[in-house]
Amino acid sequence: MIYLDANASETLRPVARAAAMSAMDEPGNPSSIHGAGRAARRILEDSRARIARRFGAGIEDVVFTSGGTEANALAIAGLGAGRRKLFSAIEHDCVRTACRDGQSLAVDRHGVLDLAGLDTALANGGPALVCLMLANNETGVIQPVAEAAAICLAYGALLHVDAVQAAGRIGADIAALGAASMAISGHKMGGLKGAGALLLAPGVTLPPLIGGGGQERGRRGGTPPLPAIAAMAAAEAAPGEAEVLAGMRDMIEAAATDAAAVACGAGAARLANTTCLALPGVRSDTQVIALDLAGFAVSAGAACSSGKVARSHVLDAMGLENLSGCAIRVSLPWNATEAEARSFAEAYAAMAGRLARHAA
Amino acid sequence: MRPPPKRIVVAMSGGVDSSVVAGLLREQGHDVIGVTLQLYDHGVAVGRKGACCAGQDIYDAKTVADRLGFPHYVIDAEKRFADAVIADFADSYARGETPVPCISCNQSVKFTDLLGLARELGAEAMATGHYVRRIEGADGPELHRARDTTRDQSWFLFATTRDQLEFTRFPLGDMPDKAAVRAEAARLGLLVAEKPDSQDICFVPQGSYADVVAKLRPEAAEPGEIVDASGAVLARHQGIVNFTVGQTKRLGPAAERGGQRQQVVSIEPGTRRIVVGPRGTGRTELRLRNLNWLSTPPEVERACTVKLRAGETPRPARIVRSADGGVSVRLDAPASAAPGQACVFYDGDRVLGGGFILRDDVPATH
Repeated sequence: MIYLDANASETLRPVARAAAMSAMDEPGNPSSIHGAGRAARRILEDSRARIARRFGAGIEDVVFTSGGTEANALAIAGLGAGRRKLFSAIEHDCVRTACRDGQSLAVDRHGVLDLAGLDTALANGGPALVCLMLANNETGVIQPVAEAAAICLAYGALLHVDAVQAAGRIGADIAALGAASMAISGHKMGGLKGAGALLLAPGVTLPPLIGGGGQERGRRGGTPPLPAIAAMAAAEAAPGEAEVLAGMRDMIEAAATDAAAVACGAGAARLANTTCLALPGVRSDTQVIALDLAGFAVSAGAACSSGKVARSHVLDAMGLENLSGCAIRVSLPWNATEAEARSFAEAYAAMAGRLARHAA
Repeated sequence: MRPPPKRIVVAMSGGVDSSVVAGLLREQGHDVIGVTLQLYDHGVAVGRKGACCAGQDIYDAKTVADRLGFPHYVIDAEKRFADAVIADFADSYARGETPVPCISCNQSVKFTDLLGLARELGAEAMATGHYVRRIEGADGPELHRARDTTRDQSWFLFATTRDQLEFTRFPLGDMPDKAAVRAEAARLGLLVAEKPDSQDICFVPQGSYADVVAKLRPEAAEPGEIVDASGAVLARHQGIVNFTVGQTKRLGPAAERGGQRQQVVSIEPGTRRIVVGPRGTGRTELRLRNLNWLSTPPEVERACTVKLRAGETPRPARIVRSADGGVSVRLDAPASAAPGQACVFYDGDRVLGGGFILRDDVPATH
């Protein structure tokens, strides 16, 4: 099986595995006062410092969570209290759910936030929390977060950034972006499932969703999952990785467009590993199943926990309603090889030929 | 001797029957692909906010597939099911008929769409957990009643086309009874072995089918009159959706006249009138629409047996070909026949064909 679904979960990086294995051998609870507790606490705080440095936050402004969904929910519940919630139309479901009753902000046909629309929305109404992802999970399209932050600042609005797909793949520095908060997830960077973090700008405070034992300075109760946190802190991309992945991605895209596919969002700056390929007239789920049976793991837009494939709200928002039921996402993991990419390109072209005949 | 392995798509509902089908085919070494159709939003159907759209059945089907080690996929068929089955169900009631949603589901979602997907995936066959037998005959595959006649589902499958039947397999048709199927499930180690049989209409898991119809076709739930053959008003009713031709219940004061039990004789959608007559009133000639033949149609006429509802013993009749190519069915003895239900022709165990029963006053189409 060739794994091309890194945006669902990235392949574990050896450095992350090593960090997790060594953390697993620590029996202690970081809250305990004895030596074993102190050893565990040292892993936790080393990880915190490393993440703070890497993502431009103060050490005291890193709140560990169970993952991206919880980090987004914590930020939106905490910073959104008493504020209008505005979110881009292409946000992940976990943000859209947390922003219910909020206002959706339009993107252009490339899948990039319309900044003028943001300005208008902020100009009309009271204090707001704006949610904007740094890179989209389905298309990989990178959002103008720093520009949006400047607009938010002008209106006294807070900006929360979902950097779950971007972190580890492109620069994601909360201070440089000018955000009030930023969510990251360990397993999307090549760590383990089970840990994420919410980073806060200096001075930003929020109440916990889970009070519990007062861990994380009272912002998130519960004993932290040390191996997953250590893995997240260690999971860093090698220099030059993105360029290599971009080359493979472009090769796949060229082969797919030759086979009548449309690469959605290709007109914008994107993550190097991601392409969203729509095959007009062929249902997304049929494509994902056919490719799975051929030995390739890819996904389609928004999979419900049932496994049912729904229409992509991201492509709908880009005005590609006619394609949103027939797109798949290919996201290369950090360790993808040229041979795998070539093999996929061939399988895709073969599938496109076969299914397009059936669809005709 | 073991048949050569084939890629077979198994339509899995999450129940014990289709799980056993998948398990047996897998055991025989076939390349089994399990597919479960998401037909409606389970969370909405049970009216629980925040409940998962999938429900227990999809979970069960996935668990069976994971345990037996073959791929399983969920296909979103909600829109198609809403259009082809639920809307049709409501429309049929509004026309004064009594629909059979399982037949429209088999015709559209299962034996057209899912079968099409199976072909797209390069499968050589699609298997289901229906209790019917497919027998290879001299002129191609034939559809026969299940060995366990109490479980037989051939009536629900009469509309399967010969092309569809060619591609389809029903491994449970030869099972002696349900207990044997459950025993197979237990032998295969399936957790669904003791799962209760599904009941009633799948998209109405709670509450009443009439509420579903009323939402889509409110006129079917508007009050009206219950009258006798002369038009005299005997009682009021709360919507034609609650009535079926032949029904004796829910007639209120019209339930009995002159010491004789009454039954519904016809349903008039335009006036919303329910016409009653003495119990046992029936007809001997039926006209059908949407005929499907699974045998060579008779040139002039043919003696056979017919079933007018799912759970009855076949009754003697003759199929008569009319000059215009349509057919009518002449029953040896009068029977109550509800428009919208299927009239399925049998020769012994073999399904010859069938059609949907028309109202007396509607011109036949075919």
